Amino acid sequence: MAKIIVVTSGKGGVGKTTTSASFAAGLAMRGHKTVVIDFDVGLRNLDLIMGCERRVVFDFVNVINGEANLKQALIRDKRIDNLSILAASQTRDKDALNEEGVERTLNKLAEDFEYIVCDSPAGIEKGALMAMHFADEAVIVTNPEVSSVRDSDRVLGMLSSKTKRSMEGAEPVKEHLVVTRYAPSRVGKGEMLSLDDIGDILAIPLLGVVPESETVLNASNSGMPVVLENNADAGGAYMDMVARFLGEDRPLRFTQARKGFFDRLMGR
Amino acid sequence: MGWLDVFRSSEKKNPSAKLAKERLQVVVAHRRTGRGDQPAYFPQLQQDLLAVLRKYVEVGEDAVQMEIEREGDLEVLELNITLPEARH
Repeated sequence: MAKIIVVTSGKGGVGKTTTSASFAAGLAMRGHKTVVIDFDVGLRNLDLIMGCERRVVFDFVNVINGEANLKQALIRDKRIDNLSILAASQTRDKDALNEEGVERTLNKLAEDFEYIVCDSPAGIEKGALMAMHFADEAVIVTNPEVSSVRDSDRVLGMLSSKTKRSMEGAEPVKEHLVVTRYAPSRVGKGEMLSLDDIGDILAIPLLGVVPESETVLNASNSGMPVVLENNADAGGAYMDMVARFLGEDRPLRFTQARKGFFDRLMGR
Repeated sequence: MGWLDVFRSSEKKNPSAKLAKERLQVVVAHRRTGRGDQPAYFPQLQQDLLAVLRKYVEVGEDAVQMEIEREGDLEVLELNITLPEARH
């Protein structure tokens, strides 16, 4: 039975697409057949982050409208086996998505894939609702910053009231928190919300912490999911997140400030 | 900033994260208790009630407190009107 996971946040720019790309890539690297779908119709970007922007011929909306079949629209990743991408349309808007079309496409994908990762657009309008509607699980991407945390809470409210599972009274969508752009040194100085603070407020289990890191920008510049990069940094954080999602126990990394020279000298 | 402060930079004067957490707790609690999604007519109803009330008594802006309580399928509108102390 395929699992549908929505990557969502409410607020834009917090790392949904980066997380979708690396989460999907990580699942595939662990041997699971995975497809990642860009639900941001009109503002597609997943193809750029995944480095396949020049290979997009048909997209999600083409499939929904019957202008292309899935086989034609799915792009197989060249670096990672088991990973496929379904791009969003760049010329249409969110209204091009409809519940029946999305459901039909997801059902078809479920025949071939173990995991279907839905990269949600920002906001709480139709595109975001469509991305979460059929989800079994949700990854809520949050930055340690007030507007992001508040928007995440709003999205949690929608997951518990606007999804298919909630409407049918089925088991609720399983929620996971991923905190990105985390800067332990600033947390240490009391300038940034800590993991505990965010956990207290949102009250959902933590799946991963991704440190603020220049490797993320470098990776997106070159169209490479950051999970393929250095294991010691954001890439490693995403690999840990994937392992935890698959049920493994991984201690949190990147949550302590790196000790400075004087700290080490003084044994602090 | 005196030159000595350079050595004290680790002890922060205003830990703003604490403030952020407190403010977030308020807005999140507000939404989760259902007060965040009150019906759209709420503010207008509140103003109208206040206007009616003011025909008879002098009351302040916060005299009318309204809340929706949800119990299963039932929605209860709870109205709390504070009158000024009676002058005899």
